[in-house]
Amino acid sequence: MKLNKNIAVSDNGFIFNPLSGDSFSTNPIGQEVIRLMKEQKTKEEIVKTLAQKYNSEEANIEKDLVDFFQMLLSYQLISEHE
Amino acid sequence: MNKRKITVAVSGLNNIDSPGPGIPVIRGLKESSKFEVRIIGLSYENLEPGLYLHELVDKSYSIPLPSSGMDSLLQRLAYINSIENLDVIIPNFDAELHSFIKLGPILKRDYGISSFMPDLETFESRHKSVLFEFGEKNEVKVPKSKMIFSPNEILAVGNSFGFPLVVKGKYYDASIAATPEQAINYFHKISAKWGLPIILQEFVSGNEVNVTAIGDGNGNCIGAVPMRKLYITDKGKAWAGISLLDDELIEITNRVIGNSKWRGGCELEFIKTNSGEYYLLEMNPRFPAWVYLAVGCGQNHPEALVAMALGEEVKPFESYQNGKLFVRYSFDQIVDLAEFEKISTLGEL
Repeated sequence: MKLNKNIAVSDNGFIFNPLSGDSFSTNPIGQEVIRLMKEQKTKEEIVKTLAQKYNSEEANIEKDLVDFFQMLLSYQLISEHE
Repeated sequence: MNKRKITVAVSGLNNIDSPGPGIPVIRGLKESSKFEVRIIGLSYENLEPGLYLHELVDKSYSIPLPSSGMDSLLQRLAYINSIENLDVIIPNFDAELHSFIKLGPILKRDYGISSFMPDLETFESRHKSVLFEFGEKNEVKVPKSKMIFSPNEILAVGNSFGFPLVVKGKYYDASIAATPEQAINYFHKISAKWGLPIILQEFVSGNEVNVTAIGDGNGNCIGAVPMRKLYITDKGKAWAGISLLDDELIEITNRVIGNSKWRGGCELEFIKTNSGEYYLLEMNPRFPAWVYLAVGCGQNHPEALVAMALGEEVKPFESYQNGKLFVRYSFDQIVDLAEFEKISTLGEL
């Protein structure tokens, strides 16, 4: 899963899309997902990592992650997601 | 490096809620690495804030309104030049540009004052009323538009373009009319303020993005910085904005500036549709009031303009910083009555 080209993300999870001029703030979980995306992790790898860390069902994590990706897509921060 | 000392006259000192570009242009010049600039302000009204910004404007003179004719303007500029020995003049109001373009060769020949503006033909070619043809010629999409002189023409144009319709003044103002009745109302409001004709333009939905740019008149775009407005006043003016990274917009700007052989500063106003297409809404024939953002992003357009006016070769800027914001603020200046009296009675400050 990859963020679109040139999307800037600060250490605090502040996201800037230089093409549209839009900026967004994310919560700590969102920051973690973005960090994993920047590490070129797949959706499955992100789900697994978060499920282990937060001791939660993978199905629940995946549902929330898909919602998050859908939001990133609507804000033009990613181009597609599975 | 020794900076070259020059004197530059600048108009558009109305740094108000609908700001002129004068003060941002002056800030760019004052930060020049090439020139040490003495600024002569040219004002039309005695309460233009720039008149009293003495740290930016060294001396000011009132000049006659464009409606007074070119002779009185030339006479006044000759007088100012006799005292200040001007090197360059930068007019910043749409309404005065026609006179200044016509006077340009005379100012250069008789007084040695340089300027850097398009010729009259290029200037007229991007006028709102003929922008559609300008777009066709310069390979950029432009919404359809029609110049009208009577509200009776609105219905026919509305039937052709569809509603909503954008109703625009010759130089300034634009309103979106959802119905023929609204369009008629805007026609009267705008024509009462700015005169006729009124331009009706097809409405294109999307996000507005603007570019401040400068051309060398030989088909080269010397600099371009795109910006999206983040905060808009009730007059539709940007009170905050952010520089964008948009290669396609830069490419379109290069094409427009290159094909039209634009000479001088300009502002291109675009709509980016949801499908990612760009439509040119307007090309303003002078720097925008937010031109200082370009300076902040690493492209000093006012400095480049002055250098080209003085005959120097200027290489195109290769980059700029995106993600830089400008945020305006209002500021109360305390002015002695004596200063107001001086500009009001003597026309100089």
